[in-house]
Amino acid sequence: MAYRWSNDLTAADVTPYGAYLNRRQVVAGIAGVGLSTIAGPVLAAADELKQNTWEEITSYNNFYEFGTGKEDPSRYAEALTTDPWSVKIDGMVDKPGEYAFDDIMARMTIEERIYRFRCVEAWSMVIPWNGFELGDLLELAGVQSGARYVAFETLVRPSEMRGQKYPVLDWPYVEGLRLDEAMHPLTIMATGIYGRDIPKQNGAPLRLVVPWKYGFKSIKSIVRITLTDKEPATSWNMAIGREYGFYSNVNPKVDHPRWSQASERLIGGGLFSKRQPTLMFNGYDQDVAALYEGMDLTKYY
Amino acid sequence: MIVTAINTAARRIPPWTIYVLGAGYIVWLVWLGATGGLGVEPINALERELGRTGLQLLLVGLAITPLRRFAGINLIRFRRAVGLTVFMFITVHLTVWLVLDVQDWGLIWKDIVKRPYITIGMVGFAVLIPLATTSNNLSIRKLGPQVWKKLHWLTYAAVVLGAVHFVMIRKGWQLEPMIYLGVALGLIAMRLKWKRRQGAVVKAG
Repeated sequence: MAYRWSNDLTAADVTPYGAYLNRRQVVAGIAGVGLSTIAGPVLAAADELKQNTWEEITSYNNFYEFGTGKEDPSRYAEALTTDPWSVKIDGMVDKPGEYAFDDIMARMTIEERIYRFRCVEAWSMVIPWNGFELGDLLELAGVQSGARYVAFETLVRPSEMRGQKYPVLDWPYVEGLRLDEAMHPLTIMATGIYGRDIPKQNGAPLRLVVPWKYGFKSIKSIVRITLTDKEPATSWNMAIGREYGFYSNVNPKVDHPRWSQASERLIGGGLFSKRQPTLMFNGYDQDVAALYEGMDLTKYY
Repeated sequence: MIVTAINTAARRIPPWTIYVLGAGYIVWLVWLGATGGLGVEPINALERELGRTGLQLLLVGLAITPLRRFAGINLIRFRRAVGLTVFMFITVHLTVWLVLDVQDWGLIWKDIVKRPYITIGMVGFAVLIPLATTSNNLSIRKLGPQVWKKLHWLTYAAVVLGAVHFVMIRKGWQLEPMIYLGVALGLIAMRLKWKRRQGAVVKAG
């Protein structure tokens, strides 16, 4: 069912579409009214939850299918054809088959979800996604009782995705979730941002968003979903197993081998942006901690 | 003919031009970063461009002697300026990392000791310090040209450390840093070949 989770970030936090609100002007403004000292921590909280602008969200992307630079996806993703599009749902489901994207959209309830997004590289954004709960799509296909995991696969089309000509990763990009993670109310398939169709550089026409995990698990431009009873292979884990685990939950206490995960840079803060402390499960601790009770999160990184 | 023309033209350019261009580029990059010209994540972009340019200049400096040997083009008088400009770029690169990126001294120290690519970067910077402080005529006089030359072989260490730092910082094996490492190793291989040949000549003589 849709609407199993409600935004704690409200419309009041939304930066007007296309407007770039200078962070320091905001702080200076409030300080001018004399509220800065008492409002300090509150201001910091509200500041953190400020949504990133359309420009930031669509011009700073990791989508190696189009190149490894942050500007490559916005530069080259236009080549991708996203219509027609279908998702093959197979494995341990009652109704396997090719599900046309338009049919999926007709059957799902699209809602707005404003989520924190935390990349493993220690930068983050706040993004107003539009999408539907993954659980609804899986229920449509009918998950069989033996299924334990959900595997995902991205399109392979080197003629349109120029980065796929280089084996920086093994293509297709694959990802996976445990079934309870996939069925969680927070887990969505995003089809839009700021009420607009999701841009190609952000994973059009539909991509996964699992906000309590590092961003690379939020696989983009999905063409296949498989229900399985074995833990699926995931691309970054296959590439560098020591650095990227299956779970990859955001965890300030478990460092990446090459850098600390204790803090992050919120994109949009400019040249003098202050680093923010990283929150356990990216701030979704109350929502998802129960999924991992008793699990050693250093071992299952 | 064309080589003579290049050499004559080069002789007319004062070496301090390089300092001016280098410093100017740094100031321009910082200004771009502060005004949105480096994209939405200017701190990282600034770090990257400063480091990359420093590494490029280091390779240019190491290419000066081969250029003279193979093409007769003599840019030796610019080498000191190139070297010191490398130091300028890498110092600012490090400062951006300390002050704008990590910001916290505890985290900085942890990064230096626990993160191999940062340890390597720091060692690379440390190697540049004796090179920079002896890049003047007084040092050549005080140390004597033989000792000074041997000390400045540390440049090879610096370029390898810098290139490896670059390779390690990317996710997975990426082409761009490998190219820099390849060029660095190539320039070093060239020098080793010469030294071996000189050694053979000496033996024969």
